[in-house]
Amino acid sequence: MSNDNSAGEKGLLSGWWGALCKPSSRWSLGGLLASGIVLGVVLWGGFNWALEATNTETFCLSCHEMEQNVYREFRGTIHDSNRSGVRATCPDCHVPRPWVYKMIRKIQASNEIWHKILGSIDTREKFEAKRIELATHVWTAMKATDSRECRNCHDFGAFDLTRQTSRARNRHAEAEQQGKTCIDCHKGVAHQLPAGAFKAERELNKSMEGETKP
Amino acid sequence: MKTKIKAIALALALALGFGVLGAAAGAADVKSLRPTEANQPDAPPAIFKVVEGAKHDRAYRQQPPMVPHSIDKYETDIKVNQCLRCHEWPFSDQEKAPKISDMHYIDRNGIRQDTVNGNRYFCKQCHVPQVDAKPLVDNKFQPATLNTNLR
Ligand code: HEC
Ligand code: HEC
Ligand code: HEC
Ligand code: HEC
Ligand code: HEC
Repeated sequence: MSNDNSAGEKGLLSGWWGALCKPSSRWSLGGLLASGIVLGVVLWGGFNWALEATNTETFCLSCHEMEQNVYREFRGTIHDSNRSGVRATCPDCHVPRPWVYKMIRKIQASNEIWHKILGSIDTREKFEAKRIELATHVWTAMKATDSRECRNCHDFGAFDLTRQTSRARNRHAEAEQQGKTCIDCHKGVAHQLPAGAFKAERELNKSMEGETKP
Repeated sequence: MKTKIKAIALALALALGFGVLGAAAGAADVKSLRPTEANQPDAPPAIFKVVEGAKHDRAYRQQPPMVPHSIDKYETDIKVNQCLRCHEWPFSDQEKAPKISDMHYIDRNGIRQDTVNGNRYFCKQCHVPQVDAKPLVDNKFQPATLNTNLR
């Protein structure tokens, strides 16, 4: 009985394989190539479309965990509304632009969906309790990449120090020589900081001291 | 009996009428110190930029210095106090910001503590950003610089 079945399956499989391997007698090579290209474009386009659709502020905020915590704090900060009207949205700071890193980040995000189902941070209290860990992840990543996401918009070389405030000017002038990166000095630009942030910062700096930046 | 009730009703109606008239006359008479009428909503306040770099003089010896930079982006709540990230030692040395004086560590019994004391935790209570704003109403305030006891 079971033998029969597997034999049947085998037959079906080898039949398919045979059909795939056999040169087509009905369609021309050009026609096949063209439809292959069209299909490829459609699939690739669809893939990229899905990638882009999940790369918007609206998508991020469809999770109430994000809307009720980080987004509400983000409202009114410099990256939400400013004199120039240029905004930075969640993916601008949290999703890398280079394709490979973007894919890695998207795969990591599937872990976040798992925690969404578990309800790991579905109340403000749970979120605040977990926050120091989440923030440290972001800081570690940004230190490791030399704040790549910030630099997509802020080009250190294009800073006109003379037009910055005196505090910014003094610190930026020496930042590069000291080997510091944006996140070293600009924690909590877009959100509130977790309790114990400064202690965590010091520990993180210590643990990453030896590492050289790219 | 009936006339009595009528008389009372009339008296009440009259009193009410005068009351309404009186109130209307009153609203016109009240002079507001503000530029807008007393029964109108306030005009939005003028927008002043923080004066950076230069420092305003203190008007009296005990005055907390004014803040020579914008502070709206610095979180101060039960979780963190971003001001301390620059003004408390040892950050003050790294960030080249003036260190808060030891007065900020003295508790209400006059004992020096090791952390900024609760009664000085909310910096904006005493330190406000300096702006070039004229007094809203004329007043005779004079800085105490002229009548201090010089030795
Ligand atoms: C999408 C582009 C974009 C990204 C990404 C971005 N920024 Fe900005 N940033 C802006 C714009 C636009 C402004 C406002 C400029 C203005 O109007 O003065 C700004 C302003 C700032 C300011 C000035 C704050 C103030 O109060 O004046 C700081 C500090 C800053 N960004 C830091 C960062 C850091 C740190 C990161 C990375 C975590 C980052 N930015 C990522 C676009 C961006
Ligand atoms: C050594 C510390 C340090 C580093 C590193 C640093 N900043 Fe700053 N930055 C400051 C300070 C201090 C200020 C002024 C105070 C503030 O805005 O909180 C400032 C202000 C700014 C401002 C506002 C300018 C203004 O005129 O007020 C922007 C924009 C900014 N930083 C972006 C960046 C970016 C982007 C990077 C990374 C390339 C970076 N900073 C790295 C310390 C630093
Ligand atoms: C200007 C860049 C910037 C933007 C825009 C931004 N973030 Fe963040 N985000 C950060 C940084 C930097 C951290 C690390 C913690 C910190 O310093 O506040 C962080 C941390 C987080 C965390 C970890 C928890 C925490 O608070 O530390 C979450 C979740 C988060 N961001 C979600 C979002 C969402 C959702 C949006 C869109 C509403 C958003 N972020 C927009 C820079 C940004
Ligand atoms: C990024 C670092 C930084 C942060 C954060 C910061 N300051 Fe400052 N602050 C400075 C620097 C640098 C100076 C000196 C500026 C100067 O001399 O022009 C200063 C000056 C001051 C002064 C004047 C001191 C004096 O002796 O005249 C006061 C008061 C002050 N800050 C209060 C605050 C308060 C309150 C906050 C939080 C809301 C705050 N600061 C956050 C860096 C910072
Ligand atoms: C109860 C009012 C009060 C509060 C709250 C307060 N200060 Fe002060 N601060 C003062 C007074 C008064 C002085 C001037 C006398 C002195 O040095 O103690 C001063 C001085 C300072 C100076 C100048 C020190 C110097 O030597 O030039 C700084 C910087 C400062 N405060 C920062 C802060 C910060 C940051 C906070 C919040 C953690 C804060 N202050 C909270 C009253 C206050």
